[in-house]
Amino acid sequence: MSELLGLSMILFTIGAVGVLVRRNALIVFMCVELMLNATNLAFVAFAREHGTLDGQLAAFIVMVVAAAEVVVGLAIIIAIHRSRGSISVDDVRQVRG
Amino acid sequence: MRSGARASKPPVPSRLGRWATSHLRERGCPVTAFGVVAPIVVIAALGLLFARKAVHAALALAVVMIGLAVLYAANGAPFLFAVQIIVYTGAIMMLFLFVVMLVGVESGPDAVSEPIPGQRVAAAFVGLAFGAMLVIGVAQVVSNGFSVPKAAVEDDNVEGLAALMFGPYVLAFQFTAALLVTAVLGAMVLAHQERLTPQETQAEAAARRLREFAEDGRHPGNAPTPGVYARHNAVDAPALLPDGTPLESSVPGSLVRRGQVVPPPVTRGPGNSPAKRPAGDKEGEHRE
Repeated sequence: MSELLGLSMILFTIGAVGVLVRRNALIVFMCVELMLNATNLAFVAFAREHGTLDGQLAAFIVMVVAAAEVVVGLAIIIAIHRSRGSISVDDVRQVRG
Repeated sequence: MRSGARASKPPVPSRLGRWATSHLRERGCPVTAFGVVAPIVVIAALGLLFARKAVHAALALAVVMIGLAVLYAANGAPFLFAVQIIVYTGAIMMLFLFVVMLVGVESGPDAVSEPIPGQRVAAAFVGLAFGAMLVIGVAQVVSNGFSVPKAAVEDDNVEGLAALMFGPYVLAFQFTAALLVTAVLGAMVLAHQERLTPQETQAEAAARRLREFAEDGRHPGNAPTPGVYARHNAVDAPALLPDGTPLESSVPGSLVRRGQVVPPPVTRGPGNSPAKRPAGDKEGEHRE
């Protein structure tokens, strides 16, 4: 259980660093997915530890939400790519003050 | 029986070995599956950080997801194993790859340049500090609590999940349904492109071509084919005019706009006229 949690934390940290470091919007998005997966792993580990299925159900709902989020997020990336021909997160600075 | 035989086998168990075997025995935890899968998953996740191209990052993420699916299967979550493979690896990663293809494999920002100086180092530092905080927090929680007696996870995993989902958690289930419908509508609205001008009919196109031919002498027929058969085996190589200059109208316009057109060959020069190129080149001999 503790090793699963450790792996989950390592993956979450890698995802967080990736979100901060990478500049390709697609890869940033993949790093968000990695973080969601890491939390899912923690859910499964805790469900195993408690001997109940609630954690697995939470992981399943996270998966559904992630699927919806990916659909909308990729549509946004496509729209941005269409309007400005780039998917670098540095180029999207229209609304900054 | 078997585990007892295994535990009595090591003659002089080291401290680590004793710890590992007792760990194995008392938890019944699939440490072996974890030991195989976890390094692969971590290395693939690091690949997400260091990959230059979005395609490589997507493949690394697929490896991570399959590895996590194996861990789910080994930790009493067979339903999540199937869902992880089907939803994440099957649907989400395919969607990612579709978008990578749509926006162009090469079109991402280059990984080298850094618009804000020092941003990458600072971000990596902040991320690692965040990870350390996470480790400390979770370790505190785990070491303090958890006197929960460990019951066996039921064998009827799917039935148990269904009973939970349609019992106490039915409201969350309904909300995910609403969320999915909203996401579908949102994706359609965001990715849909409204047609601003009416589509040109065939007769109108023919009339326009002949009008352009009459006005500026533009050829009304097909555009010239790319230089595929002459020097290259893909359509991104422009055809060469008799004086050796590339003909830009012979490659698709989207490639020209992306700057993905193969440059003309270096065989041109004062002493090496392209008009004297060997005829053998035309016989489908592909040169890189």
